[in-house]
Amino acid sequence: MHFDLSTEQRDLQASVRAFLAKESPTEAARELPETEQGYDPALWSRMADDLGLHALAVPEEHGGIGASFVELVVVLEEMGRQLVPSPFFSSAVLATRALLRSGDVDAMSRLLPGLAEGTTIGTLALTEDDGSWDLDAVRLAAEPDGNGWALTGAKAFVPDGQSAGLVLVVARSAAGLCLFAVDGDAPGLSRSALPVLDGTRRLARLEFDRTPAVLVGADGAAGPGLRRALEDAAVALGAEQIGAAQRCLDMAVGYAGTRVAFGRPIGSFQAIKHKCADMVLDIESGRSAVWQAAWSVSVDGNDVPLAAAAVQAHCSEAYVRAAQQNIQIHGGIGFTWEHDAHLYLKRALSSRELLGAPDQHLLRIADQMGL
Amino acid sequence: MDLTYPPEAEEFRERVQRFLADSLPEGWTGLGALPPDDQAEFQRNWRQRLLDNELLGVTVPAEYGGAGLTLVEQAVLTEEFVRVGVSVLPHPNDNFGFNLLVPTLLQYGTEKQKAFFLPRTLSGEIRWAQGYSEPDAGSDLFNLRTRATVSGGDLVINGQKIWQTAGLTANWLFTMVRTDPGAERAKGLSFVLVPLDQPGVELRGIRNITGVTELAEVFLTDAVTSLDNVLGGLGNGARVALTLLGFERGISGVANAEAFAIELRRLVQLAHARGRSADRDIRLRIAHCQVKVHTLRCVALRALSAGLRGGPPGPESSLTKALTAEYHQLVTELAVEVLGMAALAPTGPGAYDTLKAQPLGLDSASSAAWVEDYLNARSRTIYGGSSEIQRNTIAEQILGMPREPRPAAAR
Repeated sequence: MHFDLSTEQRDLQASVRAFLAKESPTEAARELPETEQGYDPALWSRMADDLGLHALAVPEEHGGIGASFVELVVVLEEMGRQLVPSPFFSSAVLATRALLRSGDVDAMSRLLPGLAEGTTIGTLALTEDDGSWDLDAVRLAAEPDGNGWALTGAKAFVPDGQSAGLVLVVARSAAGLCLFAVDGDAPGLSRSALPVLDGTRRLARLEFDRTPAVLVGADGAAGPGLRRALEDAAVALGAEQIGAAQRCLDMAVGYAGTRVAFGRPIGSFQAIKHKCADMVLDIESGRSAVWQAAWSVSVDGNDVPLAAAAVQAHCSEAYVRAAQQNIQIHGGIGFTWEHDAHLYLKRALSSRELLGAPDQHLLRIADQMGL
Repeated sequence: MDLTYPPEAEEFRERVQRFLADSLPEGWTGLGALPPDDQAEFQRNWRQRLLDNELLGVTVPAEYGGAGLTLVEQAVLTEEFVRVGVSVLPHPNDNFGFNLLVPTLLQYGTEKQKAFFLPRTLSGEIRWAQGYSEPDAGSDLFNLRTRATVSGGDLVINGQKIWQTAGLTANWLFTMVRTDPGAERAKGLSFVLVPLDQPGVELRGIRNITGVTELAEVFLTDAVTSLDNVLGGLGNGARVALTLLGFERGISGVANAEAFAIELRRLVQLAHARGRSADRDIRLRIAHCQVKVHTLRCVALRALSAGLRGGPPGPESSLTKALTAEYHQLVTELAVEVLGMAALAPTGPGAYDTLKAQPLGLDSASSAAWVEDYLNARSRTIYGGSSEIQRNTIAEQILGMPREPRPAAAR
């Protein structure tokens, strides 16, 4: 039993942390959202070429490095901490896991190498105009068309849907739920960027008008694989959330140690200490749950459905609370545009809704409990 | 990252399972299912059976007659016992002896002290109560005033201790007293072991919030104990006591989570029986409890894994203490709400355990047990260092935040 990162994983953590602190300072989270692309393509390439981050948890036979899911989670915690504006989560988690869990080896060998090298940006288009992450809510229609398929309908709130070269679309055929691969520039696909609260995570609306698509996996059989991919993604997102919550705590503790009121640092008041201690309780519980779930994913444990839902239910709230308390502890300065605190709060909100709000995860747990 | 138990622990688990299968009567469904009148006798026999099979006092080294189990074996044994609804520590005073005093004795005790106290704690001849708090020293522990003066080879003790759980069934007290009144706060304290069966000691029961007299207060008037019964040396009491509090907070977290999971299944049954299981709010809140139990288990596993690398528990034990205490309030508050009006007319068997989740087998419909659990849970954020103290510890010792300035008078 070793419930901790290995020496190699610690090394990975340290090198990613150092790299991101240097190459993606928080100014990037402020400036890049103002650009058209919304991310830094040079950084994207270096993350892929120099550090191999995209390829980390992709099996070697599909052009990856073949590390475990735990390594991926280590990287995501660092990206959350540094608030990196990047399609990494969409591509290396959502799209990559959807393909890996599809069971379609042919599609994997065709599509995974590009994602692993970072030459293709991928995403998963699941939610529609109602914003639901429930697979049962998917309405987008798929019909056979010659040798392939054609999609008609709309997807909304698609993370990095604007910049993705490969869109994995969840749609419904006569047989049921299906997964399709669609080119970013396919005919009949029109994409429009949505205005976003959280500039570090771009969202797009995608309209499909008889858009050509390639079926991934068997017709009508995408449900189980997608559920597993979403569980994987829930754990990965939890790591991002914990990394970001930790940064909020670090900011708050740092400020409370230097800001003086009534002749003493405000961090010596119990009112402030207890808020910070609450954050520690949230974060350490969350980090333990994320590591447990990541390990369970890596060994195909049978508790993944519970563990992943618990991670999302817990970490979403933990991060929002930490981001809010960070602003409170900073007082007036925390309310300003110049301070980073609001960037972390907006990211906390966008992360909470991504993959479904906490209530949805809780209701799924209630089902599992026989309620 | 590897969350599996090592193979030797799994072999030990099989041994424990065989022992349980051999020891428990046909159709056993847990201690909670026994009629309350039969529980005390079962526990007496069970304790003897554990002793005979060298499974009592899992932390006590074999040379002193204990089971001498490794930390991971203790975790496995406790887990298996919880799953079938039997006690690891069947007598009410065993918790204080084995979870608190024994690890402290093993760390600070002299050879002579260990040889005297360990076998007697095992046999049940010595039954321990803790004696930290005083009427004017609870969270502010080092403000304690009970004094002890050296007289020949003895310490003569005067003062009062309070909040001794199972104090009325104890015959020894481990306590902290002030042996150097001139020294500052924590510096003049000593950790001493005191026999209760003597003229200088008076025990009085305290009826708690549930109406049960399971607490006591101890009046010490020229009470005597030998200087040989000082643990860790005169003046070192604070260090010894803090180590012990760490044990109180750190131990058996994984089994606690298992017990909480059993309790939560009982709550699901109750929600069904009360017709509340389709209520969205109740479903959300029960699921929220499940998330808490799951994360508690993860935190406990991580602590266990860290513990396997050795050393006494550090400030991280404050996390487990606060999380566990606050969770038990949350879940019992929910249970009482699910009961609704039925909580106002409690029926059925009451709570067996006062300090933790009820053992397997208890009828989920017993409103009396849920209500007692709810009331007892109020104490969990108070005893053993209140939740506020735990948060101070987390902020100051884990986060390194500045200490609260002390008013001049208290220095």
